[in-house]
Amino acid sequence: MDKKKKDFILAGVGGQGTILASDILMEVGLALGYDVKKSEVHGMSQRGGAVESHVRWGERVFSPLAEKGRVDYLVGFEMLEAARWPSYLLKGGTAVVNRYRIPPPAVNLGQARYPEEREIDSLLAGRAGRVWWVPATEMAQELGNAAVAGVVLLGALSTLLEGEEALWLDVIERTVPAKFVALNKQAFLAGRRAG
Amino acid sequence: MRMLLMGNGAIARGAVEGGVQVAAGYPGTPSSEVLGTLAALAPDKNIYVEWSVNEKAALEVAAGASYAGARAMVTMKQVGLNVAADPLMTLAYIGVKGGLVLVVADDPGPHSSQNEQDTRKFAAFAKLPVLDPATPAEAKEMARQAFALSEQLALPVILRPVTRVCHVCQDVAVDENAAFAAPAGRFEKSPDWTIFPGLAAKKHVWLNRQQEAARQLFNSSPFNALYGSKDELSPAGVIACGVSFNYVQEALQLSGISLPVLKTGTPYPLPDEPVLALLRRVDRVLVVEELEPVVEEQVIRLAWRHGLPVRISGKHDGFLPREGEFSVDRVQPVLLAWLCADGAAKGAASGPELPRKEGEAGVHRGQPDPAGVEAAAGISASTPEPPPLPVRPPVLCAGCPHRASFYAFKKAAEGKDAVFTGDIGCYTLGNAPPLNTVDTCLCMGASVNIAAGLYRVEPERPHVAFLGDSTFFHTGLPGLINAVYNNARIVLVVLDNRTTAMTGHQPHPGLGRTAMGVQGKELDIARLAAACGVEFVRRADPYDLEAAINVAAEALAFPGPAVVVMRRECVAVTKSTSRCLIDPEKCLNCRLCIEELGCPAIFPGPEHPEIKGQCNGCGLCAQVCPAGALEEAVK
Repeated sequence: MDKKKKDFILAGVGGQGTILASDILMEVGLALGYDVKKSEVHGMSQRGGAVESHVRWGERVFSPLAEKGRVDYLVGFEMLEAARWPSYLLKGGTAVVNRYRIPPPAVNLGQARYPEEREIDSLLAGRAGRVWWVPATEMAQELGNAAVAGVVLLGALSTLLEGEEALWLDVIERTVPAKFVALNKQAFLAGRRAG
Repeated sequence: MRMLLMGNGAIARGAVEGGVQVAAGYPGTPSSEVLGTLAALAPDKNIYVEWSVNEKAALEVAAGASYAGARAMVTMKQVGLNVAADPLMTLAYIGVKGGLVLVVADDPGPHSSQNEQDTRKFAAFAKLPVLDPATPAEAKEMARQAFALSEQLALPVILRPVTRVCHVCQDVAVDENAAFAAPAGRFEKSPDWTIFPGLAAKKHVWLNRQQEAARQLFNSSPFNALYGSKDELSPAGVIACGVSFNYVQEALQLSGISLPVLKTGTPYPLPDEPVLALLRRVDRVLVVEELEPVVEEQVIRLAWRHGLPVRISGKHDGFLPREGEFSVDRVQPVLLAWLCADGAAKGAASGPELPRKEGEAGVHRGQPDPAGVEAAAGISASTPEPPPLPVRPPVLCAGCPHRASFYAFKKAAEGKDAVFTGDIGCYTLGNAPPLNTVDTCLCMGASVNIAAGLYRVEPERPHVAFLGDSTFFHTGLPGLINAVYNNARIVLVVLDNRTTAMTGHQPHPGLGRTAMGVQGKELDIARLAAACGVEFVRRADPYDLEAAINVAAEALAFPGPAVVVMRRECVAVTKSTSRCLIDPEKCLNCRLCIEELGCPAIFPGPEHPEIKGQCNGCGLCAQVCPAGALEEAVK
């Protein structure tokens, strides 16, 4: 098996479900036989602040944090949050970004400007080999719950990674609370088809 | 079996395997999930688990259990140890019977704390052994072994995980069937349990002797190990403590360098044998540890005492900072700069000068691989920082009752130049615009006393203190008693959202429900305030804005200490069935709802503000709207 390391950063807004998505990604890495580590911050930032999780797959992972310029996949749950991380991307890495805006307070109060999509795209394209925009929140809303947007993104991401569809679905079944399993599987498959 | 565990879950598992019988704690990020996990495991594993009202109470409960021979654990965050410092400093003299382990989580960064104090330094001050895990797996093993270590030394043992252990996940070996044959607990009476100056004088000598005993035990501890080059002589070596070991290993790997690396998980008392063994092999050593130079200073002392001609680098000569958390990105350039340095100190501050070996700076083994250095330099050169983007600080949730409470007091105090003292919890976020209702924040329970102090200097100005329900029980109550006793004319607003929200919704005495889910007596904050002698005590529902403003105005007018309990459940634990809608026909697009409240569910739109999904229908915006354009509707 190819045990080449893979680093992921999942960036979003507190409450968007980055923690659940990184749990699933970590479990998949483990099921694929990698050594895995995941790091995230709990507490105050979860109250609607900028949040990020690091997930690392490798032969042997020491640091729980990924390094600048070496991250293979940036998963942006929100456009502005994705825009903070291009310096972490490997040259030629991949950014999978939810086409979804959550203006922060300063923007709502008219004290700051939310960047245009093309500005964010060119920021990311400065490092990424591919910037893949996915309307994940829109797709999740069509499924009846915007909260599963993160799992839609994982579905899209999964098309770039190892692991059979069944393996991912099995991990979702084990990771997600029972009454949300069906919804999350639908979300994952919708994202996977978007690829 | 192997399980994917967060560091805090791993510590709880380790404690169970280590035979913990009694556990107590107060929530605080990043420590909270240790006790939460223990509480979940408690029924199966026959453990008693409690959320105590504060860290001092928790440590004393654990001490009592330990006096009777039980294995006990206490959990808290780093600043919690300040609250528990009083019992801790003397418990070190008294000693323990059953193993007593304090889990004190540090937060280099800091990510979710008011300071970056280093518990390893506190441990050295208290003269207690401290374990510093590098990974969740090691944290679990340390937690398991710490009880026996505590019993062997008859001392409390501190386990000090940092955020990047507490909230890091990895797969960890777990023994579901581990059983510890707990001795029947019994407190044996003896004069040794009662501290008096005479006993303290005697026990201080004993405590100092135990430092050496602990050092000897740590000499053969599995938590210290040598990695990397096993060459008998090497020009350079590294000593890495706790999580820093991960960053050092990865930085060396990325740079293609092999060096001897001594990993230590026992920073105090630092074992002398493995350290001396390394110091005798190398000309130069770099000590890598986050925050204070706890290990570095002990290494310097050891080298000096043994007359070893080793140059010791780290914080004292400016290679590494004393602030913030490390990462490979932070450690790798320092390692390379240190290896390339011509033995000269980098910063202005210099460490004690030791005799140098001839030819120290020669190029030989241990020098960086040029390709690795280039690669590292290339990465940093080609990764520009993104341009300034709008920041996204955390905010009070949509519908958070604290927003309504702050707004009510702000309105009631309009034009009165009031000072709003704040406290530790979600409600510290009331400092942000447009509310701007937190003018000070210091530590748990400080709001009420700071207000009383301000009142002594500015008696004509209104002083309003805000603290949460859990914080009221933690250390707010003595402050309130002090304000009554000394007749400080302040208003204490208890933001009673029926939970300890910020740290993950732990219960507290106001709810009656315990950590183990037992429903007991519910302590009523308003009645407690009245019993403390407060003559103006009112309850209000912050969602009823007009009534809340009226109560706030009355409290501000009262000529003595006043208490208002703003009671409404946290929106993160209640399921709302309503939301607010904007009637575009009525909306004047005056933006008052946006500019007065800063609710994260209300966004400016092209024609009129828009309310998005997170709205829980608290109705505050509808009460602020001058045009009656906002209405509650069923979701």
